Amino acid sequence: MSRQHDLAETFAALGDPVRRAIVERLASADATVNELAALFPISVQAVSKHIKVLEAAGVVSKRRQGQTRPVHLEAASLARSADWLERHRRRLEARFQRLDELLDQMKEQP
Amino acid sequence: MTNRRTVTASPGEQTIAFSREFEAPATRVFEAHTDAALVAQWIGPRGTELRMREFEARTGGSWSYVVAGKGGEWAFHGSFHEITSPSRIVQTFEFEGEPGHPSLEVLTFVELPGGRSRIDGLSVFLSVEDRDAMLGGMDSGMDEDFDRLEELLTENSGARV
Repeated sequence: MSRQHDLAETFAALGDPVRRAIVERLASADATVNELAALFPISVQAVSKHIKVLEAAGVVSKRRQGQTRPVHLEAASLARSADWLERHRRRLEARFQRLDELLDQMKEQP
Repeated sequence: MTNRRTVTASPGEQTIAFSREFEAPATRVFEAHTDAALVAQWIGPRGTELRMREFEARTGGSWSYVVAGKGGEWAFHGSFHEITSPSRIVQTFEFEGEPGHPSLEVLTFVELPGGRSRIDGLSVFLSVEDRDAMLGGMDSGMDEDFDRLEELLTENSGARV
């Protein structure tokens, strides 16, 4: 079982445009480091570094597949960060719905 | 009645931004944020009680309250850095259960046509970790209250249709 990665780590890993583009590309299918590097005007080495950051945060993993080790998106880690934002949204909304009711009452008693 | 709302938290940034519209003019919504008796009526999950310890809504004033519910009690305090009626509140916010991690909240009240208004809010945390920990650390008890509220609201809106 892989260790539970911090939400902060996930967010930090996604805080870079190249890494976000890598994640977007991987959302459609696994890809090798070379395939990913071809998408960016930067060196294979630089892309490889970005992938290591994503890997350390648990956002992607490398799977052995014959001779190659394609990079795979760990969708669950992203789902967790989406879930966090959703919880926050609900908490805020619950609070504001109480405010809506109060504002309604204030209307009735000018 | 649905009010336009957004919440955004960008990866790697230590902020949360939100926007929410209200069926009331900005002066009313502002009052609900600065009048202690009104604040006590809507802050905190439904079913909890808010015990106001201190609330002085003026630039340089401070606030402090305890949210008491079945799941426990949570104390918060902060300072009012700026109160500009009826358009802007800048305040600090700290959960006493996790001292040393205050956040800064900037609320802008925007008048809209038809007696409506909008709050644009920005919360700035000390670090990305603090921002992300905010939900987990605060307590699960409070979230349970919210979950119950969510169910209640869903049931009610279902009944009305």
